[in-house]
Amino acid sequence: MSLAKTEGVGEVKARNKELIEEVLKVYPAKAAKRRAKHLNVHEEGKSDCGVKSNLKSIPGVMTIRGCAYAGSKGVVWGPIKDMIHISHGPVGCGQYSWAARRNYYIGTTGIDTFVTMQFTSDFQEKDIVFGGDKKLAKIMDEIQDLFPLNNGITVQSECPIGLIGDDIEAVSKQKSKQYEGKTIVPVRCEGFRGVSQSLGHHIANDAVRDWVFDKIDPDAPARFEETPYDVAIIGDYNIGGDAWSSRILLEEMGLRVIAQWSGDGTLAELEATPKAKLNVLHCYRSMNYISRHMEEKYGIPWCEYNFFGPSKIAESLRKIASFFDDKIKEGAERVIAKYQPLMDAVIARYRPRLEGKTVMLFVGGLRPRHVIGAYEDLGMEVVGTGYEFGHNDDYQRTAQHYVKDGTLIYDDVTGYEFEKFVEKIQPDLVGSGIKEKYVFQKMGVPFRQMHSWDYSGPYHGYDGFAIFARDMDMAINSPIWKMAQTPWKRKPVPTMIAAE
Amino acid sequence: MTQNADNVLDHFELFRGPEYQQMLEAKKKMFENPHDPAEVERVREWAKTEEYKEKNFAREALTVNPAKACQPLGAVFAAVGFEGTIPFVHGSQGCVAYYRSHLSRHFKEPSSCVSSSMTEDAAVFGGLNNMVDGLANTYNLYKPKMIAVSTTCMAEVIGDDLNAFIKTAKEKESVPAEFDVPFAHTPAFVGSHVTGYDNALKGIIEHFWDGKAGTTEKLERKPNDTINFIGGFDGYTVGNMREIRRIFDLMGVEHTILCDNSDVFDTPTDGEFRMYDGGTTLEDAANAIHAKATISMQQYCTEKTLPVIKAHGQEVASFNHPVGVASTDAFLMEVARLTGKEIPEELARERGRLVDAIADSSAHIHGKKFAIYGDPDLCLGLAAFLLELGAEPTHILATNGTKGWAKQVQELLDSSPFGQDCHVYAGKDLWHMRSLLFTEPVDFLIGNTYGKYLERDTGTPLIRIGFPVFDRHHHHRRPVWGYQGSMNVLITILDKIFDEIDRNTNVPAKTDYSFDIIR
Repeated sequence: MSLAKTEGVGEVKARNKELIEEVLKVYPAKAAKRRAKHLNVHEEGKSDCGVKSNLKSIPGVMTIRGCAYAGSKGVVWGPIKDMIHISHGPVGCGQYSWAARRNYYIGTTGIDTFVTMQFTSDFQEKDIVFGGDKKLAKIMDEIQDLFPLNNGITVQSECPIGLIGDDIEAVSKQKSKQYEGKTIVPVRCEGFRGVSQSLGHHIANDAVRDWVFDKIDPDAPARFEETPYDVAIIGDYNIGGDAWSSRILLEEMGLRVIAQWSGDGTLAELEATPKAKLNVLHCYRSMNYISRHMEEKYGIPWCEYNFFGPSKIAESLRKIASFFDDKIKEGAERVIAKYQPLMDAVIARYRPRLEGKTVMLFVGGLRPRHVIGAYEDLGMEVVGTGYEFGHNDDYQRTAQHYVKDGTLIYDDVTGYEFEKFVEKIQPDLVGSGIKEKYVFQKMGVPFRQMHSWDYSGPYHGYDGFAIFARDMDMAINSPIWKMAQTPWKRKPVPTMIAAE
Repeated sequence: MTQNADNVLDHFELFRGPEYQQMLEAKKKMFENPHDPAEVERVREWAKTEEYKEKNFAREALTVNPAKACQPLGAVFAAVGFEGTIPFVHGSQGCVAYYRSHLSRHFKEPSSCVSSSMTEDAAVFGGLNNMVDGLANTYNLYKPKMIAVSTTCMAEVIGDDLNAFIKTAKEKESVPAEFDVPFAHTPAFVGSHVTGYDNALKGIIEHFWDGKAGTTEKLERKPNDTINFIGGFDGYTVGNMREIRRIFDLMGVEHTILCDNSDVFDTPTDGEFRMYDGGTTLEDAANAIHAKATISMQQYCTEKTLPVIKAHGQEVASFNHPVGVASTDAFLMEVARLTGKEIPEELARERGRLVDAIADSSAHIHGKKFAIYGDPDLCLGLAAFLLELGAEPTHILATNGTKGWAKQVQELLDSSPFGQDCHVYAGKDLWHMRSLLFTEPVDFLIGNTYGKYLERDTGTPLIRIGFPVFDRHHHHRRPVWGYQGSMNVLITILDKIFDEIDRNTNVPAKTDYSFDIIR
């Protein structure tokens, strides 16, 4: 199908460069100059992808990005299941993010667990004019009254809070005191802060540091008996159960997972994390901050890992094991060997159906690089990728460990650019979000949502890879894509013929 | 190991295997610091009581699981009902990501919309530069025929002046001077998404009729025989608009649908992505001033728009999301009165078929109790239909309902013997509804997707009618207006009733004597 297969890398690079020039032509000069810095063709051997990142989005271009509130409430804090997260401000932010991220958990919702609920201060005009602090205090009282088994409260600030000068820290402190030291966390994640979700992650990490860690006595004994094999999973949001299909592997190799951050996580797990011997970090982007802090303050090393696809899983299991003794190293080998037959069977079944297929990605967090190995395990090739809210350290990791020479790189891609890139490159699959899904499906291009796993998952771990492989197959090889063109209107497409 | 390459287990099954169950049980016990299960059970039971309900209804500050969204969502929905129009929301960019996702999750369609991407510096200095650059970029990239501007709460709190900003942007040649950039201030802390729809539509109408923000002459109304139709914020817009057009064509009514997003939310998959499709042409939007009258299908979506139209000399009429025989009769007779057109025999036959269907099925609905929540007009329309079916709309709740709305619902209830034991709840949320479903149970719940949590917790079967419906596909393609639309609503309700009867009568050798093949 795709052009990339029959072309040499030189041709691919030339075509990609031409494509970048072409999309930039449509922008007004000022915007073109700014966007040019975010688009590039990867050159092998370079230490990063040669794009600027973590800069302001340009007004009016249809960025795919969200905001700091989305990064804090939607990503970091929202999944902590035994705390109540107040969307503080007008009703919309909490409404649109209500239960939309598939952070799976076990618990009695509304009684001791609150993830898939929408708690909001539903700001009205009078709250904007007179301030919302009194209302916030009353909300906390009402929460205590109606949800007595909540183990803590967070205040997730929406845009107006920082603009009207509310003092949510004072309210939180006062109420914490009133409720016997209850954990109440004010989070300054107003949506206008920063340039994307990313600052929201950072602010949320800092809030854990300041309002959870700084309240606990680091020398106090753990609630459980400590072992030398205690680790914490950091940066897994348990989307479709990802953290569970990861945890099971760590436990099988002999480690003990004392905390999940934050999918299916609890306040007790956050508080216990300083007791970990190693923090294993999946989503570097959203939780490197707290990992670094724990390293500095508590001396806990951290290690990035990648649980997408058998190659990266095995590499990661060995890397994690290298922090421990032979028992764990043997455990890692045992786990790899145990799942090898399953992986062989999955690859035998799906690789022949997917071999040589090309993929273009545009996602957030870790996925624009982390999933590349899983595609390669299936014989597929990622020909374009980019980050919604990545920083330069993400692009460094991408360049050094993941992408191939000539890959098209697009940071904070705009709707226009993405559509043009896909139209020209004609990949066999696009992996991005809900806002992109239907655009590309209309174009007849198979698509998988790579934020929510398109309501499937888990994709992490060995169990998850089987689902990943099946899902990619069913997207690409669905018979419907052969029917997108109206037969009596079908025009010969020379590029396609050349590529067959 | 539970996973299997030949029969890949999804999350539905995977985690129910013993390995995962043991792992999760151990996690809870060792690390989660859980409450005593007996205590959890006690609180769970307590939350079902009258005592809890009273506490719950005494809430003054906290909102839990509201059934409403914020203004700009409605503004975006309205904007895409016009030909070649891209909504431009001035303020923080995350909001736009949310509106687009929300609409895409409901319609399973692309939702195009841009933001002026304001950040901290704009919060301090105002968002003028964002407007100037943003309009230019949008205009060049997406080649719209019109850019409809609305606001997020951020821009509203800092007090950005859209009219002045757009003027300045035009002076700086972001877009040509004559290019249409209607605008509406849509603060999220006032009203809800239906208010945003109203404000945006009013903004567009005023733009075209009243001299385009002082840049051209105001239009002079030269009355003709057409009528304007406004649907309001409607999750069934795709099915409804087509049904309404069919009805008007049957009646021979010349009409303009103001804000018709039925095509843009239902584009074909044929190899081409259509960012714009269908919609009210800008010419029609302007010429709509000459119409004889304007009909709004949803009063609470057009509270500000209709007075503007009326002030231009048109007769206006509004309905409350009419569903059912009498409500559709009233709608059609009003159309007939306004246009002088006869209601054709074809529609009389459709009416007769709906009456026939209700007569056939009445025994299964009569006396059943329903809880309804949703937007104010939808609640009124469904409640009226249920009363007509001999059912009781026991709880009627709109988080975005006003006191005036509650009074209107009460009048409706008072008009029917089936409404005597029914109550209306304005400004309440789905956590209030949860208490009601425990303390004063009903047979069925009608609401949007979020109602599934109520269904799970209270055991009240959910009939999905409303917005958003994320977890069922293609409902938006079916009309719920007109006699045929009402028929769809009737069938949807009946299907759930019959499914429940079967579900409750299917235990072999226990209850299956009632597992009848004929109902």
